[in-house]
Amino acid sequence: MRERYLLRGNEAIAESAIRAGCQCYFAYPITPQGELVEHMAHNMPRLGRTFIQAESEVAAINMVYGAAAAGVRTMTSSSSPGISLKQEGISYLAGANLPAVIVNVVRGGPGLGNIAPSQCDYFQAVKGGGHGDYHMIVLGPSTVPEAGELTMLAFDLADRYRTPVMILADGLLGQMMEPVELPAPIDMASLPAKEWAATGARGREPNIILSFDLSPDNLKKMNLALQAKYAEIRKNEVRYEEAETEDADIVIVAYGSTARIAKTVVRMARAEGIRLGLFRPITLWPYPYEPLRALADRVDTVLTVEMSAGQMWEDVRLAVAERANTPFYGEMGGIVPTPKEILTEVRKHAR
Amino acid sequence: MPVDIARMTKVFGRPESLTQARSTYCPGCHHGIITRIIGQTIDELGIAERTIGIAPVGCSVFAYLWYRCDALQAAHGRASAVATGLKRARPDLVVFSYQGDGDFASIGTAESIHAANRGENITVIFVNNQIYGMTGGEMAPTTLVGQHTATTPDGRDPATTGYPIRFSELIAQLDAPVYVTRQALYDTRRIMDCTKAVKKAFQNQVEGRGYSLVEILATCPTNWHMSPIQSNQHVADTVTKVFPLGDLVNRGA
Amino acid sequence: MPRGVVVVDGERCKGCGLCIAACPQKVLASSGTLNNSGYDVVHMKNPDACVGCAFCALTCPDIALSVYREKTSA
Ligand SMILES: Cc1ncc(C[n+]2csc(CCOP(=O)(O)OP(=O)(O)O)c2C)c(N)n1
Ligand code: SF4
Ligand code: SF4
Ligand code: SF4
Ligand SMILES: [Mg+2]
Repeated sequence: MRERYLLRGNEAIAESAIRAGCQCYFAYPITPQGELVEHMAHNMPRLGRTFIQAESEVAAINMVYGAAAAGVRTMTSSSSPGISLKQEGISYLAGANLPAVIVNVVRGGPGLGNIAPSQCDYFQAVKGGGHGDYHMIVLGPSTVPEAGELTMLAFDLADRYRTPVMILADGLLGQMMEPVELPAPIDMASLPAKEWAATGARGREPNIILSFDLSPDNLKKMNLALQAKYAEIRKNEVRYEEAETEDADIVIVAYGSTARIAKTVVRMARAEGIRLGLFRPITLWPYPYEPLRALADRVDTVLTVEMSAGQMWEDVRLAVAERANTPFYGEMGGIVPTPKEILTEVRKHAR
Repeated sequence: MPVDIARMTKVFGRPESLTQARSTYCPGCHHGIITRIIGQTIDELGIAERTIGIAPVGCSVFAYLWYRCDALQAAHGRASAVATGLKRARPDLVVFSYQGDGDFASIGTAESIHAANRGENITVIFVNNQIYGMTGGEMAPTTLVGQHTATTPDGRDPATTGYPIRFSELIAQLDAPVYVTRQALYDTRRIMDCTKAVKKAFQNQVEGRGYSLVEILATCPTNWHMSPIQSNQHVADTVTKVFPLGDLVNRGA
Repeated sequence: MPRGVVVVDGERCKGCGLCIAACPQKVLASSGTLNNSGYDVVHMKNPDACVGCAFCALTCPDIALSVYREKTSA
């Protein structure tokens, strides 16, 4: 049975995490994801689950490491500066093959920046903000209902691949209210047992969870195993949406809140006869390179629109590989581009 | 007259909770004694099947190799936070973190204090050897005034580096911890006292009492540039003057 | 006094000498024999003096010593 609620993005993520069976949540407050922390503070203890307001983001991600090692579903959330502090911990999670969900409700940067919406943490999320050859799955929801759905998915993917998964949202999505249909809580008993977890060595050899090996040969093997896992994820988990691309001459590539705005731009452009489409990556890692490349073969222009100086733009150009023009339009500092501004940009490239 | 040990009683052997792995520590290093004490404690309490050890970064980074129990290796300084997450996820498990003085009292200061302040029901073994052993003998927050280290070549100067931090005293100021004690290993009596303290710190957790911290004054013969026996003497004569032994907090039974 | 015997695991001993200092009976000493890691392994120089108190084993960082004691009553 699905229930309908009017929720902010932050609340939809929190409530979905609870329904996905998140047993332990650890976070340090930061705007613009305060409602997420507050929702968890209110609800987790009532369900007999763990909520800790950690002493810092560093502590929070390391608590996640401990809880994940014990085999429970666990999550932390923060916004840009706090996510920077979590990077060492994320690298350890990846190295130790631990499943965890990390939410970044991105705000304007660099430094303290501001609390307005931004997409300026794309590089950090998809190229690996921490040290070492690792990736995490990065999901970019563009509506409040999708934020909820992708949160449920994030826990499944984290467990399936034993990897950290990031929800890369932004301040706009976090604060926006929309009607959301929430699924029933999952049946925790239906989840496969985690034989590898540190749950006490009863009747078996000890389970050891670590992210290091002093022998270069062994560490290479560990890395090759990680790379094999990433190849598997790339093969199975690429997700994206195409809208009005069948006859398009121009497509906008955008994710998250920007993609939502771009959908309005597509309608406006079509109304004035411009054949505009939208390509929206849902997984930012693994990035949908192949489908975007296939699309680039059919269009003249692939316009990247982002709330950053052009971070995803690099992946777009990698995908398009000179098969089409690849202009960029972006805003920074927490400014959200309006449909009109984007349409003006689109017109410049129309036939 | 040849003795037949088959007809004798074994009064001391390797604790069952320890693996057969050979230690990676230098000759005479106290980390090894502490390992044995923990193994013996796990044996005596019969908790090997539900104990999880948290290894730090430091010379004891390999601690997960020594115990026949599940184990994790934590980021430098974060073992108390990792222990918190694990214990909250599975309160039925017995969770101990094993941390050096750099790990616990420098880079991990925030995590160490706040785990104690929340009264997490965990056991923390804090090995104070007044040095960064693993990285080659640099100054630790606990390094004595005047002590020569790789980064205080002229001796620790309080004017620029402050004083040795009495971290257990800081923790003892908090309301939540149930047991905070400082122990040493420089002679048989101290080893026996320390063994009792470690057992109590585990027992507190098993009985659900809350946070226990055992600080252990340890040696690092290699980076102190002393023999193991001189090192013991140094702890007895000098280190214990700065870090007095005994219980700082002992609440409840 | 019951009699004791100390069994040294020669490959674990690192020749640190802590057990030698800890023994109240002056039983132990360096043997002059090197193990495979190059450490001078400890041995019972005065086996007859051993009382099986296990002080040596308590202090051994490498758990190289096992201690046996004569059964007091048969
Ligand atoms: C984030 C981070 N910073 C620095 C290091 C390097 N490092 C490894 S061990 C160590 C000091 C360990 O000293 P201590 O905790 O006292 O343990 P000991 O080796 O003395 O037992 C340092 C600085 C690291 N591994 N990670
Ligand atoms: S460097 Fe020091 S602390 Fe590390 S193993 Fe050697 S003696 Fe022990
Ligand atoms: S058992 Fe006691 S007497 Fe015997 S060698 Fe060891 S310390 Fe000495
Ligand atoms: S204390 Fe242990 S390692 Fe050191 S000399 Fe004695 S037996 Fe060998
Ligand atoms: Mg140290």
